[in-house]
Amino acid sequence: MSDVVRLTEARRTYRMGEEEVHALDGLDLVVPRGEYLAIMGQSGSGKSTLLNILGCLDRLTSGSYELDGKDVSRLDDDRLSHERNRRLGFVFQSYNLIPHLTVLENIEVPMEYAGIRPGEARQRSTELATRLGLGGRLKHRPSELSGGQQQRVAIARALGNDPSLMLADEPTGNLDSATGIEILDLLDTLAAEGRTLIVVTHDRKVAARAHRTIHMLDGKIAREDRRVAEAATP
Amino acid sequence: MRPGRLLALAWKSIAEHKLRSLLTVSGVVFGVAAVVTMLAIGEGESQAAQEQIRRMGSNNLLLASVKPSEPESGTSANARVLSYGLLEKDLLRIQSTVPEIDLAVPRRDVPVDARVGTRRMRATVFGTSPQYESVANLEVAQGRFLSAADEESRLPVCVLGSEVAKRLFLNTDPLGRDLHVGDNAYRVIGVLSTRGEGTGGTAGLGGESDAAILIPWSTMRERYGSIIVDNRGGSRNREEVELHRITVRAARGDEATVGRVAGALRRLLAEGHPQEDVRLTVPLELLREARETRARWTLILGTIAGISLLVGGIGIMNIMLASVVERTREIGIRRALGAKRRHIVLQFLAETVVLCAIGGSLGMGLSILLPHVLTTVFGLQTIVDPWFLGLAFGIAAGIGLVFGIYPAMRAARLDPVEALRHA
Ligand SMILES: Nc1ncnc2c1ncn2[C@@H]1O[C@H](COP(=O)(O)OP(=O)(O)O)[C@@H](O)[C@H]1O
Ligand SMILES: [Mg+2]
Repeated sequence: MSDVVRLTEARRTYRMGEEEVHALDGLDLVVPRGEYLAIMGQSGSGKSTLLNILGCLDRLTSGSYELDGKDVSRLDDDRLSHERNRRLGFVFQSYNLIPHLTVLENIEVPMEYAGIRPGEARQRSTELATRLGLGGRLKHRPSELSGGQQQRVAIARALGNDPSLMLADEPTGNLDSATGIEILDLLDTLAAEGRTLIVVTHDRKVAARAHRTIHMLDGKIAREDRRVAEAATP
Repeated sequence: MRPGRLLALAWKSIAEHKLRSLLTVSGVVFGVAAVVTMLAIGEGESQAAQEQIRRMGSNNLLLASVKPSEPESGTSANARVLSYGLLEKDLLRIQSTVPEIDLAVPRRDVPVDARVGTRRMRATVFGTSPQYESVANLEVAQGRFLSAADEESRLPVCVLGSEVAKRLFLNTDPLGRDLHVGDNAYRVIGVLSTRGEGTGGTAGLGGESDAAILIPWSTMRERYGSIIVDNRGGSRNREEVELHRITVRAARGDEATVGRVAGALRRLLAEGHPQEDVRLTVPLELLREARETRARWTLILGTIAGISLLVGGIGIMNIMLASVVERTREIGIRRALGAKRRHIVLQFLAETVVLCAIGGSLGMGLSILLPHVLTTVFGLQTIVDPWFLGLAFGIAAGIGLVFGIYPAMRAARLDPVEALRHA
């Protein structure tokens, strides 16, 4: 299976008293392996809902979701947790590091849940942190790091269990433009290595780096752009 | 996650709020201390009672003459003789009328100065019968005890308490030698083993024999008049006491039999000794009293322990619920990174259990101190069995489990998406 994501007729409906809100309204989406996809759209168009579904943090009301060729739309909580742990990597706008853990300990959290032995986890986390330029900060706490450094820790953590799909929600939203560019360069590197990336953003400059951009409106894909120069053929 | 890692994580989180954690577990600390103290008092009382029973014999009932608080008005002021206590006719009535008894053994005590060569000591002569050996649970170390033949022929023979033998004969063998009391000489035929320990008024039937010289009952009747003159310690008391003790042995050691015998004796005493110059001590009843004391303490301390542990548990639950709210974001992050619900449950449960284990440890420290204080201040006998400490620690950890499970479940039930949105 070369498609990492296969969403068919995806619907996610919130019930607000009498009213129903269709946050996802029959959306179809296929993301081939190695694609770098950007999601844009106005506030309330359903981007976060889509990302939660893709990240196995939420379940569809109807329709189906195949992740890595496996139907995950009907899995129970434990199985979804397992999928998140093994196949997914999250990068958040506000980094979401655990404050009382050090850089290495933060990177090791998903490895612990995957049952990796502490020694091996320590080795892997050290390698990842060093590779992302955090070599001198291994024992620091998040509060002792700059925003850019914290986001690097989050990216290292997302890579820990070698995910099939990385999801980033406004990864540069809290960073100044210079630091933001560093992070975007890092994502480009990961994409160039063949990782599958989905980034939600408001920023055209961010979307410009992706192979493809989908524009959402009212829970559906209204339009999509493909970058012609380096068309996504992995 | 590995248990070791879980505990390390829990420890780290607790260490982050040291004072808060300490205050949180104080209820558990006191609860645990109360539980152990309760057990220590119970154990102490029970051992004390068992020790008393062992000394007195569970089949035995003890009658002792006691000086009435006010001298009898009938006594002539000049004579200054105080007459009270058990009479020989009491002994005969007991022997002939009280059912379900094996024996009733008399004893009369006369304080004397005893002498061997140039060595002297103050001692008490017990006039008693051969059965006294068995009812008083004595053990002969050397020679033999008084016999029926000695009794019959009113021989001037004696059996020495260990203290008397040691002080008057030093390291030499007392058997066959003479001991002098006033003008009388007594041939030593036996020496008793040391009873040691407390001589306590009612209880001690044992220890006091260490400083006694035991002679046949018949010999004493012949050689000592009815008036006992005690001029030891400077004062000069003249008393008329026929018998100081009667030890009654019931036919069986069960509570019912002993109870019936005690009842019969009380009726006799009520008739013959309305002035209350005789006291009846029933070891089995002491045991019941000890049990009642124990029950009382168990109730008081059990209530305190229960309330402390409950309050402690609720306090811990409260803090853990607050901690869950405080760490909602962390829970969301962990869930996003692949934590299953049970991982979250275990994480919070481990924290509560570690917290309670710390409380349990502090409580154990206090548990060693508190019974000690009770012993010193109230004279309560307490015994802290190491097993109690283990139990107390277990209770503390159990509290952690019971009161930790709800906050932990709350944490695990949080919706990951909601939790991640939490400020
Ligand atoms: N938990 C929720 N309960 C009810 N409605 C929700 C919830 N989450 C999102 N929605 C609604 O679903 C729609 C899509 O929201 P969202 O996915 O957050 O959009 P975006 O991320 O593009 O701003 C909005 O109308 C929003 O109000
Ligand atoms: Mg959003």
